[in-house]
Amino acid sequence: MLAFLGRRLLSTIPVLLIVSVLVFLMLRLTPGDPAAILAGDQATVEQIAQIRTNLGLDRSIPEQYFIWLGHLLQGDLGQSFYYKTDVVSLIGQRLEPTLSLAAITICIAVAIAVPLGVLAAWRHGGWLDRLLMGFSVMGFSVPVFVLAYLLIWTLSMKLGWLPVQGYKRIGDGIGAWIYQLVLPSITLSVIYVALIARVTRASVLETLGEDYVRTARAKGLPEVKVLLRHALANAAVPIVTVIGIGIALLIGGVVVTESVYAIPGLGRLTVDAVLARDFPTIQGVILFFSFVYVVVNLLVDLSYVFFDPRIRY
Amino acid sequence: MSLSHLPRFAKRGLAALLAVGALVAAAPASAQSNVLRVVPHSNLAVLDPIWTTAYMSRNHGYMIYDTLFGTDEKGQIKPQMVESWTVSPDNRLYTFKLRKGLVFHDGQPVTGEDAIASIERWGKRDAMGSALMQFVSRMDSPAPDTFRIFLGEACGFVFEALGKPGSSVPFIMPKRIASTDPFKQIEEHIGSGPYVFKRDEFKPGDKAVYLKFDKYVPRSEPPSGTTGGKRVYVDRVEWNLALRDTQAQLAALQKGEVDIVESLAFDLYEQAKKDPNLQLPVYSNVGLQYMARFNHLHKPFDNPKIRQAAIAAFSQEPFLRAQVGVKELYKACPSMFMCNTPYGVTNGSELQAKGGMRRAQELLKEAGYDGTPVVIMKPTDLVTITKLPDVAAQLLRQAGFKVDLQAMDWQTLVGRRAKKDAPTAGGWHMFLTAWTAHDVWSPISNPTMDTRGEKSVWFGWATDDQMPKLRDQFMRATDEGEKKKLAGAIHARAFEIGTHAPLGEFQQPMAARKNISGFFIHNSNIYWNLKKTGN
Repeated sequence: MLAFLGRRLLSTIPVLLIVSVLVFLMLRLTPGDPAAILAGDQATVEQIAQIRTNLGLDRSIPEQYFIWLGHLLQGDLGQSFYYKTDVVSLIGQRLEPTLSLAAITICIAVAIAVPLGVLAAWRHGGWLDRLLMGFSVMGFSVPVFVLAYLLIWTLSMKLGWLPVQGYKRIGDGIGAWIYQLVLPSITLSVIYVALIARVTRASVLETLGEDYVRTARAKGLPEVKVLLRHALANAAVPIVTVIGIGIALLIGGVVVTESVYAIPGLGRLTVDAVLARDFPTIQGVILFFSFVYVVVNLLVDLSYVFFDPRIRY
Repeated sequence: MSLSHLPRFAKRGLAALLAVGALVAAAPASAQSNVLRVVPHSNLAVLDPIWTTAYMSRNHGYMIYDTLFGTDEKGQIKPQMVESWTVSPDNRLYTFKLRKGLVFHDGQPVTGEDAIASIERWGKRDAMGSALMQFVSRMDSPAPDTFRIFLGEACGFVFEALGKPGSSVPFIMPKRIASTDPFKQIEEHIGSGPYVFKRDEFKPGDKAVYLKFDKYVPRSEPPSGTTGGKRVYVDRVEWNLALRDTQAQLAALQKGEVDIVESLAFDLYEQAKKDPNLQLPVYSNVGLQYMARFNHLHKPFDNPKIRQAAIAAFSQEPFLRAQVGVKELYKACPSMFMCNTPYGVTNGSELQAKGGMRRAQELLKEAGYDGTPVVIMKPTDLVTITKLPDVAAQLLRQAGFKVDLQAMDWQTLVGRRAKKDAPTAGGWHMFLTAWTAHDVWSPISNPTMDTRGEKSVWFGWATDDQMPKLRDQFMRATDEGEKKKLAGAIHARAFEIGTHAPLGEFQQPMAARKNISGFFIHNSNIYWNLKKTGN
C-alpha cells in the first residue's frame, strides 16, 4: 500500500510539470496583453511598454518559464500581475469559500441522490424510478444560471427566506456561514443529485441481479439490509468514483454559481485572472487544480480498498 | 401559502432554517444601519490611481485622497485643499496656500512639500500633467502650508490641470509615498481625503472597505462635482467587488442587501424604475460619449477622405438606440468635447450631423476606395459597448465599405489595439469605446486630439501638423474667450482630418435604495454627502 502511495505521489511530479509547460505556453500564445490591461484605457503606448518591461514580459518565453519554474521549486507561485499579491495568498483567500460550497453541495447531493438512486433501483420501472429519471434529465438540462435566477426569485425575492448573494466566512459564525451557502449549494447540487442518483441507480440495479443478493433474500434477510448491506455496499465503487470527480470539479471552480451569488471563490478568481491575462495567477490556480485532481483521484483509488476488500495495491 | 400539509420533520427543519436565517439577518441589521454598501461598476485591482488610469482606481483615489482643486458640476475649477492663491502679473508664478487643519490619515499635517512631490509624480504619468510640466521650471515650498509653481513660459491651464477630475487625478499623497517611482505602484495608501482605506479588510475580487476619517475638515460650500464640502454621514463604506452579475445586483438591491448599484444595466432600467423601494439618482449632467476610433496608419483609413466617409455614414441615433435603448438615457451630440461642457463646441461637425449615407458614398467614391476590408474589433464580453461594432459594420457596408467584423474579448482588444502592425498581420482598422466627459471635454486631455503620428499618446496614431500647433496655442492662451475660439478651431480641424467619430452621449444609470439621500451632480462615482436612514 505504501509503495503504491509513494508511486502515485511521485507520478504527480511529471503530470504537474507537463501541465505547467502547457499552461505557460498556451497563455503566452493567447492574444491579449496584461500590461495594456493594467495600464488602463488612457495609458500611452510608452507606458504600456514600460509596464511590460517591469513585469518581465519583454523577455523570451523560455527565459520567463525557467524563472517561474525556479520560483515554483521554492514553493513560490509568483506574484499576481493584477493584484500585486502572492498567488499563494490569493489562492488561500479564495479556498475557503470554494471548499465550503463544495462540501455543502456534495453533502446535500449525496444525502439526496444515494437514497433516491437505491430506491429507484429497488422499484425499477415504477413511478419513483421514472420520476427520478425525469428529474435527472431536467437536472442535466437546465443551465445553472437559469436555476439560480429561479431560486433567487422564489426563495429570496418572493418568500424572503434566504439571501440573494454574498458569503460569510466560517469564522463569522456557523449559522451565518450555512445561511449564506444554502441557496448556491441547492443550485449546484441539482446537477450532482442527477448525476449521482443515476449512477447509484445503475450500479445498485446491477448488484440486485447478483447471486449473493438472491441468496440473501432466500435466507430471509429484511429488504433494507439486502439493499444497504449487500446491494449498495457492493455498488459503492462507481458511486464513490463519481462523487470524487464531483468534488474535484467543484473545487476546480464553479464559475457561474460563484458569479451569480457573489461568492469570492477560486472559480471567480480564475475567470478574473483569465480576463485580466494575469499569467502568474492563472498558472498558479491551474497547477493547484491539477494537484487537487491528482489527490482526489488518489483518495478515490484508496477508498476502493475499503469498499471492496478484493482490491489490493 | 399554507405549510400545514408538510410532514412534521419538514416543518421542524424549515422552522430551524428560518430561525437561523432570522438570527443571521437580525444580528447585523443594527450594525449595518450606518454602513453604505455599494456595488461598484467593476473590480478594484490596482490601488495606485497615478500608476493606472483605470476608473476603479480613480474612484478609490477619490475615497482616500484629496485634491488641490476640483471641478464643479458646471465644469468650473474651484479650490479644494487650497485656501488662497496668487498669480503673478506675467502668469509665470503661482503661489498656493493650503487650508488649515489638513492632515493625512497617519496624523501628519499636509504640507507644500507633499503637494509638490504629488504633482511631480502625477506629471510623469498623466497626459495633461506632462503637458503642464513642460511649462514648469521649478516648484518650491517657502512655508509648510505654502507652495509655488514657477513657469518658464506662461500657460493657461494650470488650474484646469490641478483640478482635473478624470484619470489620472492629481491626488495629494504624503511626500514619502509620492516619491515612489511613477512606474512602480505605491505600497502605502494614506491620503488626507474623507475616508481611510482599511487595507487589512481589502480582499481583491471580494470587498474593499473605507472608514470615515474623523479628522477630515470639509469645506463649507455645498458639494458640486469634485468640489465643495466632502461631508461624510456614514461610518463605513463597503464596496462589494464580488457581485458582478447584473441581474443578481438588482435582486440584491431590491432585497435590501446592498444600498447602491453604481452601474445599472440598461435592460434592467425599467424594472428598477418601477420598484417603489428604489430610486435612480441623477448624478451626472454630462454623461459619457461613445466613439469610433480609426487606425490612421493603414489603408484605407490612412486616407482622410475615407475617414470622412465613415464619419458621414455614422449617424449617432442607430448606435444609441441599439446600445442604450432607453430614450431618456441618450442623446445625439455633434461635439467631440461633449455638449454642455466648458468647450462643447460644434465647429466642423456638419460632416456627421448633416452628412448621411449618400454623402458617405460620394466621399468613398471620390477617395478611390480599393475595397480593402475594414477590420473592426468587436468586444463580446463588454456589454456596455458590445452592440456598437455591429451597427458600425452595417452602416459602413451601406456606405460601400467591405467589413471584417472580428469578435474577441475586451482584453484581447486592449492588447491588440496597441499594435501598429497591418490589420492583415494582427493589427486593426477600427474599435469603438466609451469615455466619461471628464476625459474628453478638454482639447488638452482628449487623447484623440494628439496627432503626432506614431508618437501620439493614444491608439490610432493620427497624423497632422496643424493640430499640434493649435493645441499648443490653446495651452498658452490665458484668456477664456481665446481658449474657446481655439477649441472651436481644434474641433473643426479634428473633423476635417477625421481623427475619430463621436457616436453620441448617454447617461449610465445608477440605482439606490430609497433610504439613501444626499446625491448630487458629480459626474463620477463619489460617496460623500450620502445619508442612510434605517435599512
